[in-house]
Amino acid sequence: MIGRIPRPVALFAALAVLILAIALTSGVPYTTRLLVEAGAYALIVLGLNIQWGYGGLFNFGIMGFLMVGGASVTFISYPLNSKFWNSDGPMLLGRALIAALIATAIILAARQLHRLGVKGVLKSVLVALAWFIGYIVFRSQMDPATVYIVQNAGFVGGLGLPVVFGWAFGGAVAGGIAYIIGRICLGLRSDYLAIATIGISEILRQLIKNNQWLTRGTLTVSPIKWPVPLPQDYQAMGVDTQTSLLYARGGFLLVVVVVVALVMFLLMRAYGGPWGRMMRAIRDNYIAADSMGKDIKARQLEIFVLGSVLIGIGGSILVSFTQIFDPNSYQTINHTFFIWVMIIVGGAGNNWGALFGALFIYIVWLLSEPLAQALFGGISYWSSHIGWGAIPDIESRSLQMRVFVLGLVISVALRYAPRGLIPETSQTSR
Amino acid sequence: MDQLIFFFNKVLISGTVLGSIYALGAIGVTLIFGILRFAHFAHGDMMTMGAFVAFMLALALATTGVSFPVPTGFVVLPLAMIITAIIALGLDKAFYAPLRKRGAKPVILLIASIGVTLVIQGLIRLFFGVDTRSFFEHESKSIVRIATGAIGGTRDITFTQPQLLMIILTVVLCVALHFFLTRTRLGKAMRAMADNADLAQVSGINTALVVRVTWIIAGALACCGGTMLALDVSLTPDLAFNIELSIFAAAIVGGLGQAYGAIAGGFLIGFAETLAVFDWSVLLKPLQPIIPFQVNAGLSLVPTEYKLTVSFVILVIVLLARPTGIFKGASS
Repeated sequence: MIGRIPRPVALFAALAVLILAIALTSGVPYTTRLLVEAGAYALIVLGLNIQWGYGGLFNFGIMGFLMVGGASVTFISYPLNSKFWNSDGPMLLGRALIAALIATAIILAARQLHRLGVKGVLKSVLVALAWFIGYIVFRSQMDPATVYIVQNAGFVGGLGLPVVFGWAFGGAVAGGIAYIIGRICLGLRSDYLAIATIGISEILRQLIKNNQWLTRGTLTVSPIKWPVPLPQDYQAMGVDTQTSLLYARGGFLLVVVVVVALVMFLLMRAYGGPWGRMMRAIRDNYIAADSMGKDIKARQLEIFVLGSVLIGIGGSILVSFTQIFDPNSYQTINHTFFIWVMIIVGGAGNNWGALFGALFIYIVWLLSEPLAQALFGGISYWSSHIGWGAIPDIESRSLQMRVFVLGLVISVALRYAPRGLIPETSQTSR
Repeated sequence: MDQLIFFFNKVLISGTVLGSIYALGAIGVTLIFGILRFAHFAHGDMMTMGAFVAFMLALALATTGVSFPVPTGFVVLPLAMIITAIIALGLDKAFYAPLRKRGAKPVILLIASIGVTLVIQGLIRLFFGVDTRSFFEHESKSIVRIATGAIGGTRDITFTQPQLLMIILTVVLCVALHFFLTRTRLGKAMRAMADNADLAQVSGINTALVVRVTWIIAGALACCGGTMLALDVSLTPDLAFNIELSIFAAAIVGGLGQAYGAIAGGFLIGFAETLAVFDWSVLLKPLQPIIPFQVNAGLSLVPTEYKLTVSFVILVIVLLARPTGIFKGASS
């Protein structure tokens, strides 16, 4: 009887069977890779679930936070670049920092002009002028510094610290940026917030891509270390290739599983507690929550930052697993909308749903390519048989099929299961 | 004088063209928001789709060997606009109408528009690949030159023929839209529904028809804007995605739901972006004697890579200072 088995259990069991089938057909090393990446995505989706599921906050800037996480882990764990530290680079950067402080001081001083009796339009004009002057002061020092570093040292390099610090730092930087964004944008209505966040992620992308002195831009940084021994390390000890892949990826998977399980546990505790109830109250009726004395803005800022921290950590795990940070590989479709499909299909507001969505959609994403290839191969065989000719470039086309499949999946989910496959359970209706 | 002509060529012409494209996109976004109350994120992809429809038609026309005095892209544009409008209606029927019928919140429709984005993007890439194409593979862009000797310049005012046609076309379309909204029954019904949907329905306005007309106008204008963008630069699958933010900024700056605001916002954003990345050293060079610092080349307000930030900064400032936009927009 299917009716007896709770739906989440049935769904996860089906997922386990699917993963087992993949392991049998594609081999265990491939499956471990799939699971590591799906685990990182699960962390990201959990982060979005806090923002959207708990708090009803739109975040279309996921790509930006993922990139921030990736850049952070690169900065922390990449080996020191002695060329940079032995050059004039640090000194020039220091001067740029001083210029930035001066610029900030000018702007802050201009904002205090009302104490001197300057008011109204004149003050606004002076503040705008202060911003302009501050900007010029900063750029006059920053531009030569960046040019010098890029020419003499390539980029600033890393700090050579363990990867786990990099993950934490990725989360912290993402959280810090989320705080700034939240302070500016969280008062906006949901669709405005969506547009604002998509804009911010685009700006973050441009900043990371074009600040070559810091991130090496499109030249990419690799290799980034793992928190566990690499396959090469095992091979050096005399283990054969397949087994070494299994050991190394298995170790990484273990780390990711521990992180996800820990986050999941903490989130479930928070969700069931007064904090979670307060968040749902704010989401469902912020006016009522406000009149009950809850500080709506501060609470929303809290969840926005918290969710972004998880997204940043997820982003840094993804980068450290693939070992390469390439700003060009980030796309809004693959990194923002993809995560949204996961949470909508899985079930917003339910952590198990978010977890299921992440694993399931990632598998769909990976499988739709070979399936589309097989499909096109079949059609091509048929069409060349009846004289229409074969389909050209089947491989690149089936790669694009994934985007189409994702679009169909989210549309179908919105229409037939608008609350997701594992919907949020209401605490009061029990 | 020559510097001013350079400024004219570089800023006024390209700013107007960019502004026209933004305006055409923003009108669609703002109309859909006014009538259906959700931010239609797939609008940029609808523009791209329209451009590809026009491209296919132009290709088909080019194979017949008939030549026209204007670029083929413009010849096929009316037909492409009709086709895109029909596709837009189909998209509404397939993706948005069922959700509306269920009474889904605007936020859900917004998420649905992401699904539409993915579907359109997937289909375009499936059929056309990710290569860059050009409308001018079979013909050349003719350049219009106006000698400026009469006003003391040695440099010509130059712009391409497509650019001139684009500006004219935008003016024609905007005027047509104005007359539609103010003079026809249907246009008035549209404005009534944007103001108050329930009241409009009670007073006997056929709201289903208004929704259809909205999609037709939005689709046709999106096709026009997308094709113009493709004619001005080149045609790639993520063509309009890069300007999506600017279009939304234009619509919001003009006040969501306000068709005239969208036009004004489009030109505002277009000029702001062009001015921000303009190399001011050209204009400042002649003034060197009275300027205290050395004028070097490459003196733009923001580097070209950050062009996108300009529209975003304007958006944020407007949202903070005047959340309903310059013209008072709708709020849901």
